[in-house]
Amino acid sequence: MTEEKTHHPEPSYLVDTGKYKGLMAWLTSTDHKRIGLMYMYAMMVFFAVGVILGMVMRIELFWPGQQFYGPQAYNGIFTIHGIIMIFTVVIPGLAAVFGNFSMPIMIGARDVAFPRLNLFSFYLYVIGAAIALASQFMGNGPPDTGWTFYAPYSIQTHTNVVAAVFGAFVLGFSSILTGLNFIVTMHRMRAPGMTFFKMPLFPWSLYATAWIQVLATPIVGITLLMIIAERWLRIGFFDPSLGGDPVLYQHLFWIYSHPAVYIMILPAMGVITEIIPTFSQKKIFGYKAIAISSLAIALVGYFVWAHHMYTSGMSTTARWVFSLLTFLVAVPSAIKVFNWVTTMYKGSISLKPPFLFALGFIFLFMIGGMTGLSLGALATNIHVHDTAYVVAHFHYIVFGGVGFAFFAAIFYWYPKMYGRMYNFKMANWSFVFLFTGFNLLYFPQFIIGMMGMPRRYFDYLPQFTLGHQLSFFGGLLLVIGFIIMLITLFSKKGAPAPDNPWGGRTFEWRIPSPPPVENFEVMPEMAENEQPYDYK
Amino acid sequence: MHPETVHITPYRTLAWVLITLLGLTFITITATWIDLSALTVAVALLIATVKAYIVLTYFMHLKFESSLFRVFVFMVLFIYVLVIAFTLSDYLFR
Repeated sequence: MTEEKTHHPEPSYLVDTGKYKGLMAWLTSTDHKRIGLMYMYAMMVFFAVGVILGMVMRIELFWPGQQFYGPQAYNGIFTIHGIIMIFTVVIPGLAAVFGNFSMPIMIGARDVAFPRLNLFSFYLYVIGAAIALASQFMGNGPPDTGWTFYAPYSIQTHTNVVAAVFGAFVLGFSSILTGLNFIVTMHRMRAPGMTFFKMPLFPWSLYATAWIQVLATPIVGITLLMIIAERWLRIGFFDPSLGGDPVLYQHLFWIYSHPAVYIMILPAMGVITEIIPTFSQKKIFGYKAIAISSLAIALVGYFVWAHHMYTSGMSTTARWVFSLLTFLVAVPSAIKVFNWVTTMYKGSISLKPPFLFALGFIFLFMIGGMTGLSLGALATNIHVHDTAYVVAHFHYIVFGGVGFAFFAAIFYWYPKMYGRMYNFKMANWSFVFLFTGFNLLYFPQFIIGMMGMPRRYFDYLPQFTLGHQLSFFGGLLLVIGFIIMLITLFSKKGAPAPDNPWGGRTFEWRIPSPPPVENFEVMPEMAENEQPYDYK
Repeated sequence: MHPETVHITPYRTLAWVLITLLGLTFITITATWIDLSALTVAVALLIATVKAYIVLTYFMHLKFESSLFRVFVFMVLFIYVLVIAFTLSDYLFR
């Protein structure tokens, strides 16, 4: 944490130069780079917990019938697995870690617009996550509602729903404040000459994401408070026995939680858009189309929420409208994929680990996206609704998409973060294990889902056994892949990293590795004829 | 990007805004005593909308800010209206 490269006149941000030293220096730092790393370490811990819980589920599902624990424990485990993975890992995910670390440098700023607010957001994140985790151990046992907290069950269950809901509420505030900070930063702190259409595409994706964070998150915040009010004060919002409407809950929940999928995936797309031109050494194809498609995904993605509710008793008109909108949102997503592939065409491809993970992302995201269309279609949705098919679909998006983009981003910006390289061979092996393990874990779920295996079921019919067992072995391969990746990144000290190890063109590759505290000794400017991806 | 400009609203204006808001709050409460049947919610929402407009304009300085801020607020309201409209595509056609 405290190494410094001697040829840099300014000390790196990893060196403690302030009032405090060691851990306190990190915990009180308002430096966007340190905050980004703190998010990353916290997320790694939560991610590890989520993975362990996932494997605990897989072990129980290895054979039909009860093996190690009962159905109530199973309900609690899949609920907390979902809460941890969704609210503390993938929603803040790439935006909190790499948005904080890289975005201000990429736009030529010394920090975000509100550095103290940024640190406050981090603390809200930690507090919210702690409350959500504590809900497992307090009161009447872990919540058993699933991460969606569907009413009326979330109103009626005696388990510890209120703490979990309140944890998610606090995490939402962290998300809103980060979004607000990023919007202001990108409006007010871009380098001279960097117009919006000269801004790199990762910041563009964060800009679209930030608007969703600011506009959609308050809705789920209010909805979660309504659950607490209904449980404590018996106000009938959602529970029919109190005069409420459970479908209203589903509307309010998904008005946030579907855009939340885009909060997760847009920064992932942004990272991939940075990696592909760098490792193809070729100008990005369709810069404006990619930038505008980020905004289009954010906007249209806001209005597709009810495709989660086709079987909930909505009107036929609403189902038709939301199915149409769901198909529309596939268009800007596909634009991005076509642009990535076209950028690679005739490029000078360098198959280094970040690029390998980026390719993995495209493959897995395509499977996730295409299966999303079959779920968005009214007829096929009825057949596979609430089956393992849905589990496979959203894991292909959330893990295959966001997760692999996260790994790609770590391997891409790691030399900049720590000022040293890593072992490419080990990184490639981690990719092999992660990619193989991922597909072995989740692809069988598509098949048994179509055969009728319901999701969130503790027990199953014998014909689904092989699918579950394949998934278990896939999970094991995934865990091995994670361990190899962690060893690659954190166990051995690699060779010192040059300032620009990949031949990148954006601003972060023009400053030392690791960056100095205030990023730039001389503030960068963009020339009139300069573009962010000017590869020759 | 461009230099900061600070606008100081006179106390007199702020006082008038406060009195107007209090007056509208009084009207909101009074309206609950009158049986407007189906229009009850509509009237309450109408008064609340006027109050929100005044707060945004004066207290939140929208009147004195650049048009960019107004565009942002309009965009938020537009999305809000669309959310309500799409939700009604369920409730009105059940």
